[in-house]
Amino acid sequence: MANEIAKGPSVPGVAKHDPILVVDNVRKQFGGLVAVDVEHLEIPRGMITALIGPNGAGKTTFFNLLTGFDSPDSGSWTFDGVKLSGVPSYKVARMGMVRTFQLTKSLNLLSVLENMRLGAQKQPGESIWAALFKPLWAKNEKAITERAEELLTRFKLDTKSGDFAASLSGGQRKLLEMARALMTQPRMVMLDEPMAGVNPALTQSLLEHVRGLKDEGMSVLFVEHDMHMVRNISDWVIVMAEGKVVAEGPPNEVMKNPAVIDAYLGAHHDSDLGADKIAKGN
Amino acid sequence: MDLIFSNAVNALFDPMTAAYAIAAIGIALHFGFTGLLNFGQASFMAVGAYGFAIATISFHLPFWGAVAVSLGLSALLAFLLGIPTLRLRSDYLAIVTIAASEMLRYVVSTTSAQPLTGGPQGLNNYSTEFYGLNPIPAGTYGFWNFTYSERDVFIRVVSWSLVIVFAILLAILVRSPWGRVIKGIREDEDAVRSLGKNVYAYKMQSLIVGGLMGTIAGILFVIPRSVQPGNYGTQLTFFLWTMLLLGGASTVIGSVIGAMIFWGLLSLSDDLLRAGVDNGVITFLTNDQVGTIRFMIVGLGLMLLVIFRPQGIFGNKKELQFNG
Repeated sequence: MANEIAKGPSVPGVAKHDPILVVDNVRKQFGGLVAVDVEHLEIPRGMITALIGPNGAGKTTFFNLLTGFDSPDSGSWTFDGVKLSGVPSYKVARMGMVRTFQLTKSLNLLSVLENMRLGAQKQPGESIWAALFKPLWAKNEKAITERAEELLTRFKLDTKSGDFAASLSGGQRKLLEMARALMTQPRMVMLDEPMAGVNPALTQSLLEHVRGLKDEGMSVLFVEHDMHMVRNISDWVIVMAEGKVVAEGPPNEVMKNPAVIDAYLGAHHDSDLGADKIAKGN
Repeated sequence: MDLIFSNAVNALFDPMTAAYAIAAIGIALHFGFTGLLNFGQASFMAVGAYGFAIATISFHLPFWGAVAVSLGLSALLAFLLGIPTLRLRSDYLAIVTIAASEMLRYVVSTTSAQPLTGGPQGLNNYSTEFYGLNPIPAGTYGFWNFTYSERDVFIRVVSWSLVIVFAILLAILVRSPWGRVIKGIREDEDAVRSLGKNVYAYKMQSLIVGGLMGTIAGILFVIPRSVQPGNYGTQLTFFLWTMLLLGGASTVIGSVIGAMIFWGLLSLSDDLLRAGVDNGVITFLTNDQVGTIRFMIVGLGLMLLVIFRPQGIFGNKKELQFNG
């Protein structure tokens, strides 16, 4: 598996045969805290890549940097060969890299269908002048609505399409957010903890949908902090800890990597502190 | 008694009510649909009033030229206010707009600006050309307590036609894909940004368009009267907000009906109280106090409205169930 995707052994920063996203020397500091410090990273095309790491590892910050929602202190990255550093977030989305959020951002007082339609690109009626003349955008709107309804059916939200998004359950909102992101017709989907706060039954269906993205030829990068959740669906796993990439490789290989176990459990988890020592210390 | 009610009915259809309605439609676009807290709609009205009057008096521009100048200045004001604030959280726009509107009021009322703005005295004699456009022959029109001169009829027809035009314009805009984007921004601008929309540009467009409505309202407001700097204080802005919330912020017709109810009630309560005082029915008030009491009554009405119907008269109750 490793040599199908990577050009060399599974070490942090290994070059891929066909990377879609290439990151170089990205660094972000909040005061004295180095939140992200990634030297080199390549995300493979057409694969599901999981970005895992303990809480506070800098995964979400890294995500925000890549998608233009935050700007790094230094560094650059390219998406499909195009330089993406310094590009504002809305242009990143237009270029085909769409993201979702850890805390779901459904647009509560818009209907589910309107949420979906908002994801569509190239609707001329979104210009204030064209908005005044319905014939200029009615045809696009019809096509957009058809696509939205198809996606809603796929995500089993079709019965809700007229309801306010606020009336959906937490899990359904995650589904809506993912479906809405697909309305932008992306080449790469970035999912920030798609499984957080979702009940186990819905988690399975969410995982299925993530797999579906890959089947459609999209590249997926998703953040998750539960290692076991990602094992089944990801082709490649990247592990972050304290802002750095500490390991990457195929899931089974990465799970056994001592650096990963250290990152999750702390470097001294297997050295015996000794009950006596602790008792005396007190 | 007849006179009291006909006064109130007159207030409902007064050109001033129309001007307030148009300015309130502007903040409906800002707040109700885009989520922008514009607490400086008075400044957009002031730009309309002063821009129009100064262009006419000092620069001798024709009517349409003066209107164009005020609209240009209004767009410029919106642009200047928007550049630093629209990237920030919505509270900053509120602070900047209220401060800018007070600054503008102080600047135009200084004595050093007197040659241009009239200083504390304000301006008058700039409406001749507007009334020159009047196709209605001279005379008295109407019946009973509702009789108007040809000028009164003209300004009423023009201002209420404009109310209808702007209400329709707002309705078209908010039902279009453009409206969907601004409503999305009201709900969560990061989500909209993540879907490839230039949020900053949309907020700027909304600020400018709503501001232009305020400016048109400002011109209409001063045509039948004089320009007085005292009119453009924070009270004006808060009256507009009251009308907006009265009718329902996220509605098209709410701001219009809100303005009519506001002025209708104000006139009605004023006349009723005065009649009560004059006839000795109300003994604990003097006529001087009535002018203040009526605002308290309107304030009380607004409190009751906010408690029992927080979405406004035309608002959708369902929308409030989700605001936790």
